[in-house]
Amino acid sequence: MSRPDPAHTHDAARPHLAPARLLDIDPLLQDPKTRIVVCCGSGGVGKTTTAAALGLRAAERGRKVVVLTIDPARRLAQSMGIDSLDNTPRRVKGIDDSAGGELHAMMLDMKRTFDEIVEAHADPERAAAILGNPFYQSLSAGFAGTQEYMAMEKLGQLRARDEWDLIVVDTPPSRSALDFLDAPKRLGSFLDGRLIRLLTAPAKLGGRAGMKFLNVGMSMMTGTLGKLLGGQLLKDVQTFVSAMDTTFGGFRTRADATYKLLQAPGTAFLVVAAPERDALREAAYFVERLAAEDMPLAGLVLNRVHGSGADRLSAERALAAAENLEEPRIVDQEGGKAVLRNSPDTQDSSTSPTPETPARAAGPASDGGSPAEDAEDAEDTEGIEDAQAPGSAERSVDQLTAGLLRLHADRMQLLSREQRTRDRFTALHPEVAVTEVAALAGDVHDLAGLRAIGDRLAADERELPDPSAMPGASA
Amino acid sequence: MSRLQVVSGKGGTGKTTVAAALALALATEGKRTLLVEVEGRQGIAQLFETEALPYEERKIAVAPGGGEVYALAIDPELALLDYLQMFYKLGSAGRALKKLGAIDFATTIAPGLRDVLLTGKACEAVRRKERSGRFVYDYVVMDAPPTGRITRFLNVNDEVAGLAKIGPIHNQAQAVMRVLKSPETAVHLVTLLEEMPVQETADGIAELRSARLPVGRIIVNMVRPEVLDAADLELVRTVPRSSVARSLSSAGLGGARRGGHAERLVDPLLTQAEEYAERYALEHEQRAVLAELGLPLHELPLFAEGMDLAGLYALARELREQGVS
Repeated sequence: MSRPDPAHTHDAARPHLAPARLLDIDPLLQDPKTRIVVCCGSGGVGKTTTAAALGLRAAERGRKVVVLTIDPARRLAQSMGIDSLDNTPRRVKGIDDSAGGELHAMMLDMKRTFDEIVEAHADPERAAAILGNPFYQSLSAGFAGTQEYMAMEKLGQLRARDEWDLIVVDTPPSRSALDFLDAPKRLGSFLDGRLIRLLTAPAKLGGRAGMKFLNVGMSMMTGTLGKLLGGQLLKDVQTFVSAMDTTFGGFRTRADATYKLLQAPGTAFLVVAAPERDALREAAYFVERLAAEDMPLAGLVLNRVHGSGADRLSAERALAAAENLEEPRIVDQEGGKAVLRNSPDTQDSSTSPTPETPARAAGPASDGGSPAEDAEDAEDTEGIEDAQAPGSAERSVDQLTAGLLRLHADRMQLLSREQRTRDRFTALHPEVAVTEVAALAGDVHDLAGLRAIGDRLAADERELPDPSAMPGASA
Repeated sequence: MSRLQVVSGKGGTGKTTVAAALALALATEGKRTLLVEVEGRQGIAQLFETEALPYEERKIAVAPGGGEVYALAIDPELALLDYLQMFYKLGSAGRALKKLGAIDFATTIAPGLRDVLLTGKACEAVRRKERSGRFVYDYVVMDAPPTGRITRFLNVNDEVAGLAKIGPIHNQAQAVMRVLKSPETAVHLVTLLEEMPVQETADGIAELRSARLPVGRIIVNMVRPEVLDAADLELVRTVPRSSVARSLSSAGLGGARRGGHAERLVDPLLTQAEEYAERYALEHEQRAVLAELGLPLHELPLFAEGMDLAGLYALARELREQGVS
């Protein structure tokens, strides 16, 4: 591929942009003090792919990495050479391990993680009772929300095992990815709460000093709950909750520890977004929320940013030129060409002698005109055609060129839109370091693709490696 | 036409936008629709350029021909109190439950219950009638959870009915499932012409079908206009660079000679065309995959300048023209 990669010249597309702080990925990944990287962001912005690419890059720089994904697309698991990820970290083969690194990947299996906690913390008999409880089975199979608790639990487990230098976490695609942060608090407050005591031992409450006034309310409540839920379900819930209470007695401690771990200096949060209004709005929300929770934000990964190798040609000029190619008659009559010729951008020594290119007269624009106009068109072009004899091939080259220019105009409009959206974000959050990842034309299918994303994540675009070493870069 | 229209899709495919456009489209000609948001993101308020929606059915737009769109952002906590009120007239007991953390428990710790409340509320709106016996809403459009969770979300009442084998919750759960599994409901999936969303759509449809939930239509969102056709792309591969340079030059973009302005544009422009070609091929593949799913397929155009209120009305018009409403 000899043509320049758009990413190379990408920065030239935004020369007047106030440079946001640049997020330097490699020092972050290589620093042995970095132990956890959490990727958060709204759905559909390439969060999981980013997590996998970061993991691979860190591993190829000598670190022993595990990537915890929540819900990877099948293709992504395959790209890491794994048919199906399960709850156990699997070694990823085919990485460059010359620096002594390793890459492991796992996918959170909520039910399995839940079961494991029960099995680890309850005696076999009690564990069997819990696992057989219908309420437990329904809850653990994973409704919205359970994922967050289990992701948190799994992260704590992985960290406690201390087998890995670096854990890269992809957060669940929940309605708000920061449910992840709320999970331990909520579960903790539930387990410490009065409801659980009510459910587990309603009879005991009445005897407690100072709880008398609650007594009436309590019996009404259990009565109500019984009616509402049906006797059997209430019993199931009570059994479940009491079992959970003993089993998960340590959960609050563990959850608190995990929460503190996330606030510690060894953790780095990356907010992932695409340069689109909604995604960046969510990103801004994450940034604010992380700050409020004292979570260490490393920066923003802006995925799928577009560039152009011809960014000096504006959308307007490209469109005008395309029209010029497609509707030469009008231009000729109105002297539009002269105007264009004299515009400073086109003051090229070789321009002036360029003869009228007759092929332009036969662009698609003449289709559908009135018969009279068509006749005029024919007259206009006839004489020149005799002189230069443009074939249909040349006609279609003009048509193609007009198409290329329209394509370019679209690209430039996209560029300026992305830039505006990004500028709005950096104006609101100038403190956030940003790295931009140039858009790939296709999806990621293999380690090479992940590596290419890693390169883009890490590189200041002006220093990108040889594009031919980047599969899918512009092919 | 089903009265409950559920709109799901992978994250980032614009399902909220499509749901809103569908609600507008269905409201045309004097109908009244309710647009329900269940994920608490206030996406509807943003789309309609109004302030955040409270937990209250509120008129947010009028459709051509005098129709009305109402919107409701369901708050699970308030929905639970509603629900208790509905069955037990639990005014103060509801507040006591809240004090005890029971509401928190029900809406967050036992998230299955949250889904019960959300689907229950939507079905209630579908069935609600005026005194005259006329339905309050002609259609209810739900901006539902993403494809990966939709089957479980809609099916939650089946599980509840299995858990609570008797009693009012059991009956309520069964009533909700009767609506959801009937032709009164249609689940539409929004996708993009990209590999992952299309794969997720195919998986989602299989799941919905195996749960015997009624699948409606596939709506391909943000379809880019065709700038270059197959013949152009063929030509891109073979065209001499110098011809393109001459053509650019003739359009007034500078010199065609080596190093001239026009000549220097050729490479980047052709690179962009190659990128376009790759995407074009991918999009065609994905269209073929979608066509094999055997469902009505609709395409909505990309609004390059981003979605706004005018764009929303344009999408609604497009949906009507394609016979979606």
